[in-house]
Amino acid sequence: MIINHPILGPRDAQEFTYLGDASLIERPDPQAENADETFHDYVYLRDNPAGEHQELWYHEQGDRSWLVVTRNTLTHEITDVQLARDAARARGRSK
Amino acid sequence: MSDMTVNSGVAFTSDRAAKGTAKGQSHRLTGGLVERAKPLSFTFDGKTFQGFEGDTLASALMANGVKLMGRSFKYHRPRGVLTAGSEEPNALVELRSGARQEPNTRATVAELYDGLEAKSQNRWPSLEHDMLSINDKLSNFLTAGFYYKTFMWPKTFWEKLYEPIIRRAAGLGSASGEEDPDVYDKGFLHCDLLIIGAGPAGLAAALTAGRSGARVILTEEDFLLGGRLNAESFGLGDMSGMDWVGQTQAELAAMDNVRILPRCTVIGSYDHGVYGAVERLADHVLAPEPGKPRQILWRIYSKRALLCAGSTERPIAFENNDRPGIMLAGAMRAYANRWAVTPDQRVAIFTNNDDGHRTATDLIAKGVEVAAVVDTRADAPTVEGTELFAGAQVVDTKGKLGLEWIRIRTASGVTRDIPVGALGVSGGWNPNVHLTCHQRGKPEWREDIAAFVPAGDIPVGMSVAGAANGAFSTSAALRTGADSAVASLAALGFDVAPADLPEAEDAPVNVTPFWFVKEGKGRAWIDQQNDVTVKDVKLAHQENFRSVEHLKRYTTLGMATDQGKTSNMGGLAVMAELAGKEIPQIGTTIFRPPYTPVAMGTFGGRSRGKEFRPTRLTPSHKWAAENGATFVEVGQWLRAQWYEKPGETHWRQSVDREALATRSSVGICDVTTLGKIDVQGADAATFLNRIYANAFGKLAVGKVRYGLMLREDGICYDDGTAARFAEDHFVVTTTTANAVVVYRNMEFARQCLWPDLDVQIISTTEAWAQFAVAGPKSRDLLRKIVDADHDISNEAFPFMGCAEITVCGGVRARLFRISFSGEMAYEIAVPTRYGNAMMEALMEAGEAFGATPYGTEALGVMRIEKGHVTGNELNGTTTALNIGLGRMVSQKKDSIGTVNSRREGLNAEDALNLVGLKPVAATEPVVPGSHLMAETGEVHAKTDQGYVTSAAYSPHIGSSIGLGFLKNGSARMGERLRAVNPLQGQEVLVEVVSAHFIDPEGERLRG
Amino acid sequence: MRYSGLRVIKEALTGHKGWTPQWRNPEAKKHYDVIIIGGGGHGLATAYYLAKVHGVTNVAVLEKGYIGGGNVGRNTTIIRSNYLLDGNEPFYELSLKLWENLEQDFNYNAMVSQRGILNLFHTDAQRDAARRRGNAMILNGSDAELLDQDGVRAMYPFMDFENARFPIKGGLLHRRGGTVRHDAVAWGYARGADMRGVDIIQNCEVTGFKIEDGKCLGVETTKGFIGANKVASCVAGSSSRVMEKAGMRLPIESHVLQAFVSEGLKPLIDGVITFGAGHFYVSQSDKGGLVFGGDLDMYNTYAQRGNLPVVEDVIESGMALIPSLGRVRLLRGWGGVMDMSMDGSPFIDKTHIDGLYFNGGWCYGGFKATPASGWCYAHLLATGNSHEVATEYRLDRFKRGYAIDEKGVGPQPNLH
Repeated sequence: MIINHPILGPRDAQEFTYLGDASLIERPDPQAENADETFHDYVYLRDNPAGEHQELWYHEQGDRSWLVVTRNTLTHEITDVQLARDAARARGRSK
Repeated sequence: MSDMTVNSGVAFTSDRAAKGTAKGQSHRLTGGLVERAKPLSFTFDGKTFQGFEGDTLASALMANGVKLMGRSFKYHRPRGVLTAGSEEPNALVELRSGARQEPNTRATVAELYDGLEAKSQNRWPSLEHDMLSINDKLSNFLTAGFYYKTFMWPKTFWEKLYEPIIRRAAGLGSASGEEDPDVYDKGFLHCDLLIIGAGPAGLAAALTAGRSGARVILTEEDFLLGGRLNAESFGLGDMSGMDWVGQTQAELAAMDNVRILPRCTVIGSYDHGVYGAVERLADHVLAPEPGKPRQILWRIYSKRALLCAGSTERPIAFENNDRPGIMLAGAMRAYANRWAVTPDQRVAIFTNNDDGHRTATDLIAKGVEVAAVVDTRADAPTVEGTELFAGAQVVDTKGKLGLEWIRIRTASGVTRDIPVGALGVSGGWNPNVHLTCHQRGKPEWREDIAAFVPAGDIPVGMSVAGAANGAFSTSAALRTGADSAVASLAALGFDVAPADLPEAEDAPVNVTPFWFVKEGKGRAWIDQQNDVTVKDVKLAHQENFRSVEHLKRYTTLGMATDQGKTSNMGGLAVMAELAGKEIPQIGTTIFRPPYTPVAMGTFGGRSRGKEFRPTRLTPSHKWAAENGATFVEVGQWLRAQWYEKPGETHWRQSVDREALATRSSVGICDVTTLGKIDVQGADAATFLNRIYANAFGKLAVGKVRYGLMLREDGICYDDGTAARFAEDHFVVTTTTANAVVVYRNMEFARQCLWPDLDVQIISTTEAWAQFAVAGPKSRDLLRKIVDADHDISNEAFPFMGCAEITVCGGVRARLFRISFSGEMAYEIAVPTRYGNAMMEALMEAGEAFGATPYGTEALGVMRIEKGHVTGNELNGTTTALNIGLGRMVSQKKDSIGTVNSRREGLNAEDALNLVGLKPVAATEPVVPGSHLMAETGEVHAKTDQGYVTSAAYSPHIGSSIGLGFLKNGSARMGERLRAVNPLQGQEVLVEVVSAHFIDPEGERLRG
Repeated sequence: MRYSGLRVIKEALTGHKGWTPQWRNPEAKKHYDVIIIGGGGHGLATAYYLAKVHGVTNVAVLEKGYIGGGNVGRNTTIIRSNYLLDGNEPFYELSLKLWENLEQDFNYNAMVSQRGILNLFHTDAQRDAARRRGNAMILNGSDAELLDQDGVRAMYPFMDFENARFPIKGGLLHRRGGTVRHDAVAWGYARGADMRGVDIIQNCEVTGFKIEDGKCLGVETTKGFIGANKVASCVAGSSSRVMEKAGMRLPIESHVLQAFVSEGLKPLIDGVITFGAGHFYVSQSDKGGLVFGGDLDMYNTYAQRGNLPVVEDVIESGMALIPSLGRVRLLRGWGGVMDMSMDGSPFIDKTHIDGLYFNGGWCYGGFKATPASGWCYAHLLATGNSHEVATEYRLDRFKRGYAIDEKGVGPQPNLH
């Protein structure tokens, strides 16, 4: 597979390390009353879709960027690649 | 190519002069693309033969009148060649000898070279007299799946008797059993257009694309470009096919933007335009040149790909259709035209389409007697020079080790026996769609050519031209090749016109599907290698194995080394007929890479032996090697395990000495392998506070703190230290094993969880050489190294201090007052390039104190004595509670893993606790991996109370000691337990003690 | 019909006319006591044991394609009981014991062959871990032997002992482990279940569940609605896709595992060997092909195919371990989709929906578990209670903090 890195251009997926669903960005509020519940779901449950999947890849043998890649799990077609930092901010993460 | 004789059409003759130096080559015809001036000598089963340059092993054997080349898998039936290409199921040999022996090599693609050695396989004692051909006599008992129904009684006989016999009889060739002496390489290629196959379609495409200036790669599995053009007698325009190929090749070779790779098979189509290809550089010579690779695995990154892989002829099943001499008609033609050989001087043709007639015509032109053309079509066109039986079928054959005659049933229903030594069979042609299906595309059926062609779901970026796409005529191949190249390049922005193409034959396909002859009670082969017959397919159907995958799995149809290239269609067709369905309703099995089998060495490349993985050396490796170190693998690192001194005869002597010397004076150990991460930024402390389970916000500048990291599931992840060199600057250490993953995880936290924190991190593991200097004399030693303006007295630089200093007169260094051994100890880091010199300097400075270098073993002894955990304890299932650090997990702040660490299962009352273990009898060992049981009572899983994680002989305690996890262990000090090791028949009585065997109060650390 | 050598001879002498279908192709009834979704090894085994052990025969197995077409038909055929943790080892030991009597039990030769499995170790720490595991196996009634380098060399002298990057220090030998003819397992269970009245319905895809008031009443299929008292999902590889139709999210990701077979060879490797310093394990089938595999492709996928880097990675390891394989040819590779769970261990449990049951999360260890999975799932379906060796395989174990993490790598499915 080839991942079109937003900064570095097309790169073989072999340069990257895969983590999983980009929902791992959305770490719940640990102070919330139902944190036990939300942290269980956050850590353990997955949509695991057959189709479009937003997922985290780390350019370990490159510039060490974490990326959010939108890839189809049936065809492996990649339709979008973003820096995870930007994706995280877009999902409301900050400090 | 110019020195090769182009098809001349000169008649077969007994005139020896016309056969050049064809000594003994009784079946050599005139013409052909073999180099008669270059005779080659080779052996088959020990017998010496002659062939010519340009021959394959199969064509050379055929030239010498050899028809019998192998035995089938199950019935050990005699087998000759079926094909003239890589789809060959029958003529498999053991090529070469000794360490280079290659089992199951297809004689049809093995290029002849002088000195080639080949042996037949899967026979005993000889190819002619194979004892296991008894199976053929028993075939009625050995039908599809018979083994699922028997061999079950008595129960023990399967493994003891039946299976060993089956295993010995099964298999095909033998592996050498010796290390492959050849080397293999891997490489990466990039192109705009990858053209797979250099037949007429591929060459027309390459010409078109090459002239556009696009970067083109043209691969061809054969050693000649040209594909079927080499096997045909018709011309292109006003020249012969071969001349056109030569002219085209010359033009392409002159283009800088075109790379031609003959002897290169594209084996697989992978995601995003990536193709795997194997180039055979030295399979056509006795051995590779020294230092040169045998083969190269190319990974080709293509923007577009054009598949021009041609087509494969398919046989017709009829009774005893497997005898040597019976082959595909197109192959027979190829042998005659390209290699100037014939399997026999009297042959017949059995066909259901016009292409079979071409073989008859060409062989007649070569002087071979074609006794009959048997055509299943009642309206078959006539052929000159032979007798045509229209609407007829071949219903049986005879011949012991080779074909002797065929029996046909004519349209009028009478049978006739025709003596022939060879039979060319054509059931039509199948496009080579394999690569279009590697990403799970399904081909679709085209009624007009009675074959599957690529459908719309082929890999992104790929298109298909020529026979691979069902365009079977030469003219159509040329045209679609050029047009597809234009279309592919247009998508990339190249404006290009199709190359000018010569006139070529444009015959219609004219095929009437005919798959198997229904007459006869004998066996009609579909898969000749695996001995799957029409009867087997019928039996599978009868037993309800009716899906195509069930058929394959139950009968083994198509699972041979050819992956069913010549057999799958036949099986499908028989199943379709039995099921009363159309072929497309039955579907096809899944096409899987590689296209043709590939040597494992090719995938292995250079990653063999010591080069399997990179080897990381510590900065003081040179010094250690010169000073008696024995090295041990720690991940990819090599670390000094111990340093042997003269007179020491057992490793324990060295290790005891190193540990004792460290605790009594000073020891030095290279600890560079620990991960080091530099953390900087205004929010560095906040960041670490979230990474570590314990609090870091208030760590003072110039101080170090032990830190415990959890995973988000609350389990211990890693431990280490963080040293604060400035308000906004920390240096974090990790364990050796987790250096990479901890860094990765910190990047995740930084970029994905808290993207706006002002914090930057970088791994500096390789940037700093770091040494532990441990023992009561460590400060004295360091004073000789550390530049005088740095005060390292206990008061100025107490336990858990850190500072940036200089050593040895101005060399930048970092000093940490931390201890893994439990002694007063330091770690000193210098830029890596000074690492080896630093080791020398430390040893020199320590000479007065008897400074002793120590390795990982003594390091392990001392950390066990001190009760420090490592990977043996932090095994990924351990909680902070387990290792006695439960209270360290701060509940006041948000850090990774805190929430999930509160779960019930991580806080059980009888949780495992880390304890020390001492043998009751000092002479007995504590053995890691032993399980802990009560002093008396039964020993089984339900009475299991824990296990020993680490153990070592402690020269300070004078006995073996261990660490372990014990249920509720903290409350069980002084209890006696059995450490059981039933695996090795061991049981040792141990006492539960504190894990801190040495200096439990930690006074030495602070000295 | 009972299979035997005598029957083979009789049929051979009478033109093979007497062989009957190994299972029927019945029309689906309107209602069953139990519907099992998935005609793979586990689903068919569940049906077989429901009928045979519990007398529950009003059962349908619904299969989207053809039976045995999933991972039971696409694996490296290894069986073993060499687990470390208490939540696992008793289960796999039951499975191995069932394997040991399977063929006589279901009257089908699945070629269970206890050729021995050797797990190599290359460091002292790996040896210590192997010892702990070996002892756990023995304490649970399984078998294990610890071999030193000489012991390993005596078994497999062709491995690289002289020039290895990671020298072989020894191995943990599990003699009762071995291989089985994988397809035959599905067919044997299918035949045995069918013979006892179970309806196997092929080409019948479940498209939805009928759930009312928290109770599952049946399934919608491509062949219409079929009612059931109990609906049991058993579709590892597709669990998330199927259970999503019941509104459930699972602690599972789907990943592809590639496996490979070489051309047929005369006997070379007697048992199963697992490399401890790279991703490679290998055995040789009765037919002569070397069957081998390695690690996942690592990314989520349902595509049932892998990519080239993993092929190279696996074979690099193979060449590092057995350098004489250089001229042996790879014939075919394939990919199967795995239910990779959050701790590497499976689930056999009720769901929060009354009458809906779940079996999945087998990672790439599902094949060896087939008999015990069927046995325990049937037990749960018939009695309403978890079988005693499957009590830890609960869906809520993460909530409670009782992960069964053999590898100790935490909640990242592709690392298990």
